[in-house]
Amino acid sequence: MELVLATAIGVMTGCGVWLILRPRTYQVIVGLSLLSYAVNLFIFGVGGVKTNVPPILVDGVPTSTLADPVPQALVLTAIVIGFATTALFLVVLLASRGLTGTDHVDGRNEPK
Amino acid sequence: MLPSWVAGATALLSLLIVASFYPSVTNGGVLRFEGTWLPQLGLDFTLRMDGFAWLFSMLIAGIGFLVVVYARYYMSEDDPVPRFFSFLLAFMGAMLGIVISGNVILLSVFWELTSIFSFLLISYWHNNAAARDGARMALTITGIGGFCLLIGLLLLGNIVGSYDLDKILAAGDVIRGHSLYVPALVFILLGALTKSAQFPFHFWLPNAMSAPTPVSAFLHSATMVKAGVFLLVRFWPALSGTYEWFYLVGLAGIITLVLGAYFAMFQQDLKGLLAYSTISHLGLITTLLSLGSPLATVAAIFHMVNHATFKASLFMAAGIIDHETGTRDMRRLSGLFRYLPITGTLAMVASAAMAGVPLLNGFLSKEMFFAEAVETHADSILDRILPYVATLASAFSVAYSLRFIHTVFFGSPPTDLPKPQPHEPPRWMRSPIELLVVACLIVGIIPAISIGPFLQTAVVSVLGAQTPEYSLSIWHGVNLPLIMSAIALVGGTLLYLSLRKYLATCEDGPPILRNLKGQRIFERILVEVSWRWARTLERRFGTRNLQPQLRWVVATGFLAGLLPLYLSGFETREIAFSGIDPAFAAIWLLGICLAFGTAYLAKYHRLAALVMLGGIGLIVCITFVWLSAPDLAITQLLVEIVTTVLILLGLRWLPKRTQGMAESITLRARFRRFRDLALAVVCGIGMTFIAYAVMTMPVPDAIANYFLENAYSQGGGRNVVNVILVDFRGFDTLGEIAVLGVVALTVFALLRRFRPADDSMDLPEQQRIQNRFDEDRPERSAGDTVRDYLLVPSVIMTWLFPVIITFAVYIFMRGHDMPGGGFSAGLTLSIAFLLQYLAGGTRWAEDRLRILPLRWMGAGLLTAVSTGIGAWFFGYPFLTSHFLYVDLPLIGKMPAATALLFDLGVFSLVVGSTVLILVALAHQSIRINRLRAIDAARAEEG
Repeated sequence: MELVLATAIGVMTGCGVWLILRPRTYQVIVGLSLLSYAVNLFIFGVGGVKTNVPPILVDGVPTSTLADPVPQALVLTAIVIGFATTALFLVVLLASRGLTGTDHVDGRNEPK
Repeated sequence: MLPSWVAGATALLSLLIVASFYPSVTNGGVLRFEGTWLPQLGLDFTLRMDGFAWLFSMLIAGIGFLVVVYARYYMSEDDPVPRFFSFLLAFMGAMLGIVISGNVILLSVFWELTSIFSFLLISYWHNNAAARDGARMALTITGIGGFCLLIGLLLLGNIVGSYDLDKILAAGDVIRGHSLYVPALVFILLGALTKSAQFPFHFWLPNAMSAPTPVSAFLHSATMVKAGVFLLVRFWPALSGTYEWFYLVGLAGIITLVLGAYFAMFQQDLKGLLAYSTISHLGLITTLLSLGSPLATVAAIFHMVNHATFKASLFMAAGIIDHETGTRDMRRLSGLFRYLPITGTLAMVASAAMAGVPLLNGFLSKEMFFAEAVETHADSILDRILPYVATLASAFSVAYSLRFIHTVFFGSPPTDLPKPQPHEPPRWMRSPIELLVVACLIVGIIPAISIGPFLQTAVVSVLGAQTPEYSLSIWHGVNLPLIMSAIALVGGTLLYLSLRKYLATCEDGPPILRNLKGQRIFERILVEVSWRWARTLERRFGTRNLQPQLRWVVATGFLAGLLPLYLSGFETREIAFSGIDPAFAAIWLLGICLAFGTAYLAKYHRLAALVMLGGIGLIVCITFVWLSAPDLAITQLLVEIVTTVLILLGLRWLPKRTQGMAESITLRARFRRFRDLALAVVCGIGMTFIAYAVMTMPVPDAIANYFLENAYSQGGGRNVVNVILVDFRGFDTLGEIAVLGVVALTVFALLRRFRPADDSMDLPEQQRIQNRFDEDRPERSAGDTVRDYLLVPSVIMTWLFPVIITFAVYIFMRGHDMPGGGFSAGLTLSIAFLLQYLAGGTRWAEDRLRILPLRWMGAGLLTAVSTGIGAWFFGYPFLTSHFLYVDLPLIGKMPAATALLFDLGVFSLVVGSTVLILVALAHQSIRINRLRAIDAARAEEG
């Protein structure tokens, strides 16, 4: 399990990094989304990888066997905030495209 | 004028309060107030008033009151008067704070405040470039000085082990013997000398004269510039008496004394003359303090009071002259005595006090200065030349005082005044000057009775057991100081007579030296540091292009991850192949393919990339389910939906790009791509290793168990993730929803001014085809195709509305015990709204549904905050939650924790923010019709 998840995190990071270094704003926003998947999974993975033990208390089940709830709580807000920043970035890129007429990240097609 | 009455009453009240403290501060008594602020840092809000602080407070409040009365008539109706008086009062408060601080860090806080209010007051007429420049210069110099002072005071506190003023003053011997004494002294002196405009920092004061004259009278002669010498007196028991003190303070003082007086003689601006004279008199006080003898300190304190009275009255007189004639240039002023006889007489008495003429207060302290100058304190060249220097400076001061009076009030009537008919000002505008001048006379004639007891109170509080015998009488017999005074008076008069012709026409400033301007040098340095160097650095290391910036961020991030690994050594661990679930591996194989696909297609096939991105989101969601995180799975799924809709809405405004468009790939671009690819590969591999290492490490017994064990007993919930969010870490969640709200508002604000690029203005191609199709058929009207498109799903979506709302409520209610909660319920409800927009279009949805997202957001934030505040009423810290279970009929046992209310706030804010963002974006398609109409109208007109 860990190996699969680690590979997936690595691939998404690589693709994300590649995309945020591209010149078009849309590529950057997609890259950031990929990176946030990778980072969320990474933080989530810090708590250990366990199956079938959600952190929900059931009488008679010892608490020490349950999954770590702390990274989950962190990731949950991160997902929502991630949506908000994606929205903000999208609007900034639209405004920049409207003002400059181009979707290049620097607002002009050819760097000086 | 209400503001002036309020200000006057405030100043008068503080004067009376200070005066009423007098009985408690006599004979070395100290009044204390202690409030704890940050006791663990030794920083307390301690106020402390002794005799010296009392005398200074009287000076501040008294002159403050007179200045307010004067300013009531000086300020014109067009000026923003309330702002003026509030700055003035704020300054007065800060200045009083310096004087009565009992904690040196508190003192430095008030010190900074006076610099800031001085800045605001100098730049009060901010339309005037000179005022702005002067204010900036004053702030820069005194601000740097204040910073040095803070360093010095911290060092001092470090030496003594306490920031309490009393403890520091009592530890003089420890301080002087400590190895950090010299650095502490230098830093404190930098603070004091910059504030008191001592050489070489004197040049800011003449430039501060662009301030309104009441400000110059109050801040830049009577009080703020005295803060530096006040500080020297305050720390005199702790710091003085060493060679370093004598040399540093003495050198600055003596140079300032002579240079200031010399420059003052050659000024053409009335206020410039007074400013340089102030610098010189402050130099005199500094010189006295450098000597380290108790008698000299008595003289210094006495002269501070005297200087404040005569200089404030002279500034006010200069203000009246400026007010009545419209100019302060002495080349244009002459013979004003016939128009302003009373003001003229008052100014003459005050100038005589400045020149040190007998029977006036200035004479007394000057005599004391001469007597101390003759004495030998620290045998050295500096000490030996002091009597001659003192006499010379005094002669200069006689010359400029004489010049001030003679040029302005005597001679032929003025010819080219901006206001041709000067006359006496209103009675009450003159009254502050009258009071101050009468004070000069009373102190000058009967010093022992008038100022004597107060001075004694002040001196005792500073010097304590060292208090010397001194006599405050006018006649001490014919002695050396009297002869020096006589020489100065005669010499100064002769000097003025010989320079008269030259001064009547010369340029501003003394010959030769006028070319050496402190201001010019200061500006040169400022330009060099803040403009040239900054630009060079920016050119060398900066870039305005995003890609290199991101490249550096990524590379630095990679190195930051690599370095600790490299330093602590790689631990080799065998790779465990055992626990791979084939199904899990299969979905991630798909996920990896989708990730590559997204990266590859994002440039030319945006929609395809978006679909693939959504696919990855779903796989992430499945992963969460698989790995025991149902809450995350729900949230991820819902966010995936809204994000996809969001980006779909945005796609419409991006430019078309098709593969094969003329984009020649240069060698450089090829190299860049290769570099980025290498960076991406390296980062990906690094992440894989770290993630694998972290996940296979045994999880340490950290805080997780605490939350798991206490979630039910303390938070009253079984879903630990939700309990953490709304209870244990509720404050973090409050911060996060606030961020969400701020982002939504920012998006909304940005879109209000959004204007798409020209090539996105037309209808999209699909819509045009559909409309053409509709127009070609008589039975259809434009827009029908869009409406018919996906008719069945849209009906289902419409009907799903109540179902989804119920679902949202369900998710919300179960959140405390089962997967769900405010975040996911909020997202669900916003999706319900969203589907109505998708099903019927923006217009259709808004005709039937008024959502008002801003209200949702406001209500949510208020609910969350007031739930937190509610805990205060029961005596608990912010956001402490309370819970119980209630038995409801039909539904059964229900948790009713206050955390549920907090969660309700989260829910409401998430609904509002999400809907606001999406609706604002969706509205652009409607707005564009208006923009098109406006453009069409403009084209017709044009």
